[in-house]
Amino acid sequence: CCGLLAALSLHITFSLSLSLSLSLSLSLSLSLSLSLAFCSQDIRNTVGNIPMEWYKDYPHIGYDLDGKKIFKPIRNKDELDEFLDKMENPDYWRTIHDKMTGTDVCLSDEQVDLVHRLQQGKFGDVNFNEYEPAIDFFSNEVMIHPVTNRPADKRSFIPSLIEKEKVGKLVHAIKMGWIKPRRPKETAPQYYDLWAKEDPNAILGRHKMHIPAPKMRLPGHEESYNPPPEYLLTDEERQVWEQQDPDERKLSFLPQKYLSLRAVPAFSRFIQERFERCLDLYLCPRQRKMRVNVNPEDLIPKLPRPRDLQPFPTLQSLVYHGHSSLIRSISISPSGQWLVSGSDDCTVRFWEVCTTRCLKTMEVGGPVKSVAWNPAPSISLVAVSYGENVILVNPGLGDRLICSATDQLISSYEEPEEVKDQQVQWAVPEGKAQEQGQRLILTHPKAVKQVSWHGRGDYLACVMPDDGSSLQVVIHQVSRRRTQNPFHRNKGAVQCVSFHPSRPYFLVATQRYVRVYNLIKQELTKKLMANCKWISSMAVHPGGDNVICGSYDCRLAWFDLDLSTKPYKVLRHHKKALRGVAYHKHYPLFASGSDDGTVIVCHGMVYNDLLQNPLIVPVKVLKGHIITHDLGVLDVAFHPTQPWVFSSGADGTVRLFT
Amino acid sequence: MGGLQKKKYESGSATNYISRNKARKKLSLSLADFRRLCILKGIYPHEPKHKKKVNKGSTAQRTFYLLKDIRFLMHEPIVGKFREYKIFVRKLRKAYGKAEWGTAEKLRGNKPGYKLDHIIKERYPTFIDALRDVDDALSMCFLFSTFPRTGKCHVQTIELCRRLSVEWMNYIITLRSLRKVFLSIKGIYYQAEVLGQIITWLVPYQFAHDHPTDVDYRVMATFTELYTTLLGFINFRLYQTLNLVYPPKVTHSQPAVMLHFDLLSEFGFYCSLLSLSKLSALSASLVRVVSTAEAEEAELDHFPAEGEDGEKLAERLKARQDQDRQEKLFEGLKFFLNREVPRESLAFVLRCFGAQVSWDKSLCIGSTYDVTDETITHHVVDRPSLEKQYINRYYVQPQWVYDCVNARMLLPVEDYFVGVTLPPHLSPFVEEKEGDYVPPEKLKLLALQKGERPEEEEDNDDSEEEEDEDQSDDEDELKGMEEKQASSVKVTPGEAKPVNRQRAEQEAKAEEKRLAVMMMKKRDKYLYDKIMFGKKRSVREANKMSAKRKALDEASKANKKKKLKK
Repeated sequence: CCGLLAALSLHITFSLSLSLSLSLSLSLSLSLSLSLAFCSQDIRNTVGNIPMEWYKDYPHIGYDLDGKKIFKPIRNKDELDEFLDKMENPDYWRTIHDKMTGTDVCLSDEQVDLVHRLQQGKFGDVNFNEYEPAIDFFSNEVMIHPVTNRPADKRSFIPSLIEKEKVGKLVHAIKMGWIKPRRPKETAPQYYDLWAKEDPNAILGRHKMHIPAPKMRLPGHEESYNPPPEYLLTDEERQVWEQQDPDERKLSFLPQKYLSLRAVPAFSRFIQERFERCLDLYLCPRQRKMRVNVNPEDLIPKLPRPRDLQPFPTLQSLVYHGHSSLIRSISISPSGQWLVSGSDDCTVRFWEVCTTRCLKTMEVGGPVKSVAWNPAPSISLVAVSYGENVILVNPGLGDRLICSATDQLISSYEEPEEVKDQQVQWAVPEGKAQEQGQRLILTHPKAVKQVSWHGRGDYLACVMPDDGSSLQVVIHQVSRRRTQNPFHRNKGAVQCVSFHPSRPYFLVATQRYVRVYNLIKQELTKKLMANCKWISSMAVHPGGDNVICGSYDCRLAWFDLDLSTKPYKVLRHHKKALRGVAYHKHYPLFASGSDDGTVIVCHGMVYNDLLQNPLIVPVKVLKGHIITHDLGVLDVAFHPTQPWVFSSGADGTVRLFT
Repeated sequence: MGGLQKKKYESGSATNYISRNKARKKLSLSLADFRRLCILKGIYPHEPKHKKKVNKGSTAQRTFYLLKDIRFLMHEPIVGKFREYKIFVRKLRKAYGKAEWGTAEKLRGNKPGYKLDHIIKERYPTFIDALRDVDDALSMCFLFSTFPRTGKCHVQTIELCRRLSVEWMNYIITLRSLRKVFLSIKGIYYQAEVLGQIITWLVPYQFAHDHPTDVDYRVMATFTELYTTLLGFINFRLYQTLNLVYPPKVTHSQPAVMLHFDLLSEFGFYCSLLSLSKLSALSASLVRVVSTAEAEEAELDHFPAEGEDGEKLAERLKARQDQDRQEKLFEGLKFFLNREVPRESLAFVLRCFGAQVSWDKSLCIGSTYDVTDETITHHVVDRPSLEKQYINRYYVQPQWVYDCVNARMLLPVEDYFVGVTLPPHLSPFVEEKEGDYVPPEKLKLLALQKGERPEEEEDNDDSEEEEDEDQSDDEDELKGMEEKQASSVKVTPGEAKPVNRQRAEQEAKAEEKRLAVMMMKKRDKYLYDKIMFGKKRSVREANKMSAKRKALDEASKANKKKKLKK
């Protein structure tokens, strides 16, 4: 029986944890291949170890030893039967279903005990002693009666050939260096005082050239876990931040606020940032950058203080109201007592400077482009240009003797015998015009833009801008009522002209150049390059060696005629186009008026010493004119004796700054 | 004419630079090995001045190294070690492929390795040089020591990093040289001053990392290899200067345990869990080589440096005193850390300033006293409320400790009690220049540091002001009424216009400056405009910040009032 049970133990397989005490789901599949003692009759199934569901559809479940069919029990137990059985049968826990025969088998006490023992990993046999003392048959002790009587092999007492071969191979391999002996373990400590002997020779040139990596930027308040509230981004700022490219962002992270330290989570980009630092360390080219650490105050040039350069106009003191449209031109009488202004409302007004009284208003037949007071103190004449006409007006102001002398001078003209055909017609006005003071009317073939007197007061130059035409500049001689065209050919559109104050030079400004002609030799002396796009105005220094040009591209160029044909200095003080420039006759001052509504007065000292360059210092920005239709100041003029400057503007006023 | 024709790109800058690929070929290394070599030797690319010339006329994007650098690399013994390792890997793979386990075992026994000692010595010929570059090494080691023991890199590396960082922290505690701490959203920044060098490092918060995929861990590992070597040598040297035993040992009252530790270290079990964790508890002081007078603080004589006058000397002395005072900031205080606060960081900071620290026994090894200890002065808590409170100690939030360190003084604890809304935590690294925006909290702190009393409760002032305003409004109304009643034409004496001379002078000066600016040269003007633009921008930003703050303050005030009314 013992042997049988041992054999049984080989064939019992436990599919699941066997819980006999519960006995609810006892799923023990036994394959009984031997006849069991507890079977009343031998109904061994001979189908072998096959899945029993193959017999699912048959009435039998196999064959017995005699080859007869073993039939399934007539009625299968259903769940209810099972349950009732479980409740009522006291031996239910030790009952197992034999699939092979379709019968329920009730295990005996011995069998249950056997199952327990097997579960615990013990031997099936109760009486088997697994710790019996071992008897060593083959020991070093020579026994009187040996177990076997076989003589010892030869190979047991001669050296092994195979081993010899193996050892030989190894020796050869070691000799040849194929096998290396195991390295001895390092005993030196991992760390020691590396810099124990610091010798200065170890510092190579490399170290001097080495550029250490810049340290990481230290965090600011915004990186705090609990920053002040203004460092947090508002919704709009956050949106902007999110839409920005990661490289463009000013902050690489979004500032966050946590109420306590325990709420702070891990920073998700920590490893990335460290990795980026690593990349920077070994991939970024390094370069020493010299950072200019300039104090901006040091960049500002040291100029003499404006206070030391007085006198110059500083305040707006008088405003001359009267014109209803923009005033294109103004001019001061040589005595400095009167002022004439020509406006787009087709009038010319004569003012007393000190009182702002308008003494005379003269209507002319078109918008007045230019007015110019004769600079000779013995003549009282004003040239006024409108449309194609230039009229010479005797205003009748001031010394009566001078006025009458002027009238006499004009009327004393005698017609020459041979009358030349002239391009300009000279006419003497009559009637009302004569009463108003108009003395001569010069009718030109084209519109006259500018008139300019020679210093003596006899010659008058007129500009009729017309690109490329041969007739752009004409010079009139008033006393002989003669007109001449000095240039056969003009290059470019003439903008303005001016006589040299002391020498027989004539300056013609085209769009980009100023040409200086010698009138006696009749040749071009100099061509000044203004370095600007479009010259608007020009003035000659009373000393005669310096010229300033204003241009529509906000520049004012100062030429030193002795120095170079290029500007000695280009000033870009104005924000908008320059319209008028002027020199003072006696004081070292010049002024420029611009469309930005300001007049800038500069100190422009010219030294007699040729080696010393002119000193130019801006001294005052005068504001007052109101900008109308994008036009500000249109003309500036200095008082002949006082450090005063007049400016006419698009707002229809003339202002005096003293 | 005549003479040999000069060929292009055979002299000048074209011969001084070498492209990365050529350099790699010259050294006959794979790209990965070349990269490793560059990292270890500290070779970085250079940007040539004339890229096109160096690139032989091509404008393709290339990385250039100095030829001198590459020549320098050719002598490096490590290059040979790299090749050896490559061969070793090949042999091992072969052995595995053939299933020759014995050979594989033998090969692995002879695995070639290399040491970086000479590289460290070569890159940093003096100790100070090494110390100057230790910032990145520390940050990296602290990061690696928080990595999980599985996956991303070798466990040995992680353990080594942990050990080195713990050693570093212990050194800083012993030296008491921590200067600034900052709790940022990224981690905790520490700044210490060691041998006159300012060293800053960043420690992540104690959380598991979600490892990113766009990071090359091999590069990081190479850096770590270098950094651990560097940090190890630096630690050794630093411990030596302080007469401390290296590897560090914890002082213990029981000699038996001491013996035990000694045994452990003798047997090379230094990294044994117990010892390291004892050390990392940061609660005990370290063993000194010469265990004589603990506090041998001799009065130092002060000599004025060359070209230093009395004032400067006094200034320096004062700074020195301040520092001494800061080092003893928490001396005599006894702290207890609740279990939810970051223990390591707080223990480190507190011990750096002379405090006694302990924590719950079950939290970590090394706790020295219990919660119930009556002599505890401060209890660091980070939870909204606490059930059992002792009456003779302050319950503060952890930010108090850090703010105190940064302010170099013990701040009033009222703002940091349990459940109180904390004041903002400011960065100690920001030094505001003139014109920068200074948050009002900083101003308050500066006033506190100077010894001024903080202002009285603002709310009271406000209410008083409001009352005043109301009164004044009433007065105005009354006056208006009076005026209406006496509506008759009056002749008032003319008033002299006050001439503000100062203002006029200022205006004149401004005008002068404006005029001078107009006369600037074009080049100077450009630079000047640039500088002024930068200045204006910073002013604009500062203004924006202060406006934002003002609006926020007003909003919060309004909120408060609403609540009060309710």
